[in-house]
Amino acid sequence: MLEVKNLHAKIGDKEILKGIDLVINDGETHAIMGPNGSGKSTLSAVLVGNPLYEVTEGEAYFNGKNLLEMKPEDRAHEGLFLSFQYPVEIPGVSMTNFMKAAINEKRKYQGMEPMNAAEFLKLQREKRKIVELDSKLANRSVNEGFSGGEKKRNEIFQMAMLEPKLSILDETDSGLDVDAMRIVAEGVNKLQTPETSCIVITHYDRLLEMIRPQFVHVLYKGKIVKTGGPELAKEIQEHGYDWIKEEIGEE
Amino acid sequence: MASEKQYIELYQQAREMIFSHAPEVMNAVRDQAFEDFKAQGFPSKKVERYKYTDIQKLFEPDYGVNLNRLQIPVDPYETFRCDVPNLSTSLYFVVNDMFYTQSQPKGHLPEGVIIGSLRDYPELVQKYYAKLAKTSEDAVTALNTMLAQDGLLVYVPQNVKVDRAIQVINILKATPQNAQRQVPDLMVNRRVLIILEEGAEIKMLFCDHAADDRNFLATQVIEAYVGDNASLDLYCLEETHYKNVRVSNVYIDQQANSRVNHNVITLHNGITRNKLDLTFSGEGAECACYGCVIADKEQHVDNNTLITHKVSHCTSNELYKYVLDDKSTGAFAGRVLVEHGAQKTTSQMTNQNLTATKEARMFTQPMLEIYADDVKCAHGSTVGQLNDAALFYMRQRGISLKEAKTLLQNAFINEVIDKMQLEPLRDRLHHLVEKRFRGELNKCEGCRLCK
Repeated sequence: MLEVKNLHAKIGDKEILKGIDLVINDGETHAIMGPNGSGKSTLSAVLVGNPLYEVTEGEAYFNGKNLLEMKPEDRAHEGLFLSFQYPVEIPGVSMTNFMKAAINEKRKYQGMEPMNAAEFLKLQREKRKIVELDSKLANRSVNEGFSGGEKKRNEIFQMAMLEPKLSILDETDSGLDVDAMRIVAEGVNKLQTPETSCIVITHYDRLLEMIRPQFVHVLYKGKIVKTGGPELAKEIQEHGYDWIKEEIGEE
Repeated sequence: MASEKQYIELYQQAREMIFSHAPEVMNAVRDQAFEDFKAQGFPSKKVERYKYTDIQKLFEPDYGVNLNRLQIPVDPYETFRCDVPNLSTSLYFVVNDMFYTQSQPKGHLPEGVIIGSLRDYPELVQKYYAKLAKTSEDAVTALNTMLAQDGLLVYVPQNVKVDRAIQVINILKATPQNAQRQVPDLMVNRRVLIILEEGAEIKMLFCDHAADDRNFLATQVIEAYVGDNASLDLYCLEETHYKNVRVSNVYIDQQANSRVNHNVITLHNGITRNKLDLTFSGEGAECACYGCVIADKEQHVDNNTLITHKVSHCTSNELYKYVLDDKSTGAFAGRVLVEHGAQKTTSQMTNQNLTATKEARMFTQPMLEIYADDVKCAHGSTVGQLNDAALFYMRQRGISLKEAKTLLQNAFINEVIDKMQLEPLRDRLHHLVEKRFRGELNKCEGCRLCK
């Protein structure tokens, strides 16, 4: 699915990623944890092609295609999806128009005809149920006036609509109450298939108890310094990151 | 600069010709207009209200003026398909500056309502013509008054409501069909007089089109008297082309408890200057003035408004939005003047602008001048770029950069269009604006004359 080799990236003059190696196979779920400022969000931003970041070294392949050469929209068309840590409000653009544009551009990329209106509405109705999203939100502007929980559920709704191959959830659990977190996690689980993979970026073990990853990575100072199974997340929850820092020979 | 010289000479040489082809009521004020024009000359950019548009330069080229009133044979009803269809409007045409009389829609107008030529109703015209549009105060108005030979009269008697919107298509056409010889570029001087008696109601939509690929210079003066409790919707849509210069002066006088909606939409143009002078003369009146501008290439659009609150308890609302691409230039200068004693005035003026490139320029100048102490007035203005975070968010969902830009620009302009009261026009404008942003709107959509 995804193969990242020695990836370096910077924003402005500041180097944030200093050699990331990561392999994700079909059907796998990986968690990425790490202290604040270690580069987790940068990694997700670089993978989806945010123009604020510049890749200085390394490679990334997505299903055999060179990811770093692709425009952000083409990465999306190839099946890469990011659930934003801070979903953006777009006043004046309705959720429905936004989703319609997204779906139809993807279909165009795949050489398919645009989806007709009835089909689209039906799909939208179905997918909305997955995250228990109020249908009133469809007529509102994208994320405008949504509560924190609605914004995050709206991200998962979009994921359901677009059926990506690889989804990156960037702190989708932050700011969610327990019920909302359960809805989001269940939504993600429902969308999981043996052909799709997922990267979950989080600070907390709680989400990982619901979306069970096979692998947990610890990102620190721009590198993956430790990889383990789900038990690693529990240890971090209990003991913090100091013991890992010690292990790699730091304070 | 002496670009006024050619117009002064023209008038001196052709005065008799102008008089002989124009109605007496229009001739009555002509010499005075000429004196006023001669005394003022064209305003330089040092004149406050003309700061952003170089009027002297616009009037410099040598344009032909059709003083002999030669008919340009065109049957607009046959050849013109306007792009605001299904409006079920009563459709009228003004070819250059001549009201087209050969055939007209029949039977739709309520009793007493007049939509006709200024030539045909001397008594009515005499009472109102060139009163609001003072030739001593604006050189372009003076020039228009001294050269205009025909125009449109709209009259709605007391308590009559015209349900069907009146659509007037202004067609600019220099070349007669099957023309043998080259004709010069054309200057036209349009004139409109709107009179609403007490309690009258009408919706007017003016669409400007250029039917030839030639240079045009159109001056326009619209005077509107809105009586007590009357209601006027005045929409002006410009869809001309890059060789077109439009200088429009609109004067509106509102009596007590009257309502005015004035919308100016510039979709395609060359150089456009729109001036609005609106005065509240009676208490309890309201106005909503909206404008939207979409400009690219080297287009220039300048909206200049003055709203005068002479009396108390009136409400004025202004919202102008611009999207400027390429090397286009926009200007908005709005002034709200609240005079002594105009207490309980409510006024809101907003101008918001998007510049899509570094070369696009916007000048914005919202002004409040208040001489009363119990009023609620606000003004604000912004100039900004498209939101990068929103653009990237959309691209991550697979929406191309171009489409994402279009969606955002559309959303920006839609705020103005959504406020328009004339519903079919609103729907149509949504469509036109979207096409305009996609670059699919070529001059005037659906107008066979242009193709």
